Amino acid sequence: MSDDILISADRLTVGYPLGGSILRKSVLKAVNEVSVHIERGSFFGLVGESGSGKTTLGRALLKAAPITGGSATYRDDEVQYDLATLDGAALKDYRKRAQLIFQDPYAALSPRMTVRDIIAEPLEVMGLTASRQETDERVREIAARCRLNLEHLRRFPHAFSGGQRQRISIARALVSGPKFVVADESVAALDVSIQADVLNLLKELQSELGLTFMFISHDLSVVAHTCDHVAVMYLGRLVETAPTRKLFAMPRHPYTRALFSAIPSLDPDDRGTAQKLEGEIPSPLNQPPGCKFHTRCPNAIDRCKSEEPQLKDPGDGHEVACHRWRELLEAVPA
Amino acid sequence: MSSLIDVENLTLQFRTDEGLVTAVDDVSFSLAKGEVIGLVGESGSGKSVTAKSLMHLNAHNAVYAPQSKITLHTDAGEVDVLSLRTARELNVVRGGAISMIFQEPMASFAPAITIGSQMIEQLQLHGDMSKARAKEISVEMLDRVGISDPHKRIDQFAFELSGGMRQRAMIAMALSTQPKLLIADEPTTALDVTIQAQVIDLMKDLVSEFHMGIIFITHDLGVVAQTADKVCVMYLGRIVEEGPVREVIRHPKHPYTRGLIHALPRLDDLESPLTPVPGDIPSPLERPPGCVFHTRCQEILGDVCKTALPHDTQLDATHRVACHLHDKKEASA
Repeated sequence: MSDDILISADRLTVGYPLGGSILRKSVLKAVNEVSVHIERGSFFGLVGESGSGKTTLGRALLKAAPITGGSATYRDDEVQYDLATLDGAALKDYRKRAQLIFQDPYAALSPRMTVRDIIAEPLEVMGLTASRQETDERVREIAARCRLNLEHLRRFPHAFSGGQRQRISIARALVSGPKFVVADESVAALDVSIQADVLNLLKELQSELGLTFMFISHDLSVVAHTCDHVAVMYLGRLVETAPTRKLFAMPRHPYTRALFSAIPSLDPDDRGTAQKLEGEIPSPLNQPPGCKFHTRCPNAIDRCKSEEPQLKDPGDGHEVACHRWRELLEAVPA
Repeated sequence: MSSLIDVENLTLQFRTDEGLVTAVDDVSFSLAKGEVIGLVGESGSGKSVTAKSLMHLNAHNAVYAPQSKITLHTDAGEVDVLSLRTARELNVVRGGAISMIFQEPMASFAPAITIGSQMIEQLQLHGDMSKARAKEISVEMLDRVGISDPHKRIDQFAFELSGGMRQRAMIAMALSTQPKLLIADEPTTALDVTIQAQVIDLMKDLVSEFHMGIIFITHDLGVVAQTADKVCVMYLGRIVEEGPVREVIRHPKHPYTRGLIHALPRLDDLESPLTPVPGDIPSPLERPPGCVFHTRCQEILGDVCKTALPHDTQLDATHRVACHLHDKKEASA
């Protein structure tokens, strides 16, 4: 593992047992043999529909979902942890190094706590500060970075708008001084006008504090503007991963292309020309054989129905899991 | 095109412990038959409250100002919506001539009653028909909105359907009474992009098939560009700009509309930084004097914006904007 990789997952699988008979236990694989490498200081985007396993992957990397197969490693300048076996004191230590920002800023903040108490809670729970004075100092410092003032700290969450609440959640996630932050749909619940503000704040904090972000989103245009590396998930598998610019210049997987064409165009004269994806993502309980995407893929052939394509790097760092991507790309005029 | 509904000077306040809170302030617009109007704005801009007023569906603490008037034109004549009182009178705007689709499809179906009985119940309430006939219509509608196996689905519960399916079922239910006006309150916001595209397509087809008017409430300008004929941009209870969708999106005249468009992350331009509309929408308890947008406006002119309410300026027959920037141009021209 090279020095500049912070999180590395190798064939990581998250499975949930579902009961069934003793001989034939069925297992729901929410994340299925996924390998990702997240560089230090990067903004790693994870895209997919609901049910694709992106949240579960994020949680597994935070050791908040059970890792049932493969391995995942966290390594910074001080420590190295094997996430699959992490427990006890090491797990506690990992909690302060890896944090989560939730989607819904209305549900994520306790209505009965002041903003100061909300932000201070991680410090108190993890025992990171020696005195109340020190706690207050840390809270004020991180609050200022998230553009919250002293007056805000005394109030309760109900007095804040969605954008302000999300800034409070961000401050709470960052107060323990994490190196790795998973932002799970952190702007999905916000208005467009506020969304850009929160995204800019995340970028700023990343460069000031040297954070590494995993940014989970279903919105490709948001990912395009914030992330430097993107991975696309479908039904628990990675189907394509590449540096943002490469991916957006020429998406290789038919699923990624379909996601692109589904974004409503701002041009009123460009209505309904895009290729629309039929149907919905299959249930993870009832996964199709072969390529997981073949049931909705407009380009599927017999081979796709029986043989599952592997994620391969053709040599330029733009990995794709599709049998036909080369010929499909040639068929589409650039 | 003949008018379907006319909203004139709609002003609505809510009586709360902290005093009267203005949610909608002097809103006027009209919708023709078969027209799709997009109501755009941030949360708190009053778009949902405006739409609910059309069905007289706001909470009991709502106070309509006396000059407010909503007129619905039906085949049986004009209906003054705000004067309706009893449940029987209200039937015409609640599910009769007007139907509504809500944002959260899980919350809009009763969880312990099958989809079918909910659809049949409302059909029997609004039309004089037998249960068998109502079921027949419901199955037809489910089939029409692209739900496979409608005979089986009709006996299922909402939790057995996926998000996209539920929203389709919601649309089927709203349309089965053949309303003249459909209010769609953020119908695609909770859906994935791929499913959103399917639902938008479906709604476009249905407009042309049933020839009804639609009020499409959304905060996503992309969705508006794809569906609406006309756009009203709302901010803090006021319509700040109204015009044909092409005009408003290509040549936005109000600084707020411009801000909304610039805040959208564009896929065709990854280099440009994201520009938020600075600040937050003020609390309705602290409505700014003068132009409601002046606290966040980037093109503020000075005291006039802070003290005087801008009038509607008619830029051409269909495009109007309420901003002092355009007052000035008119005066100097």
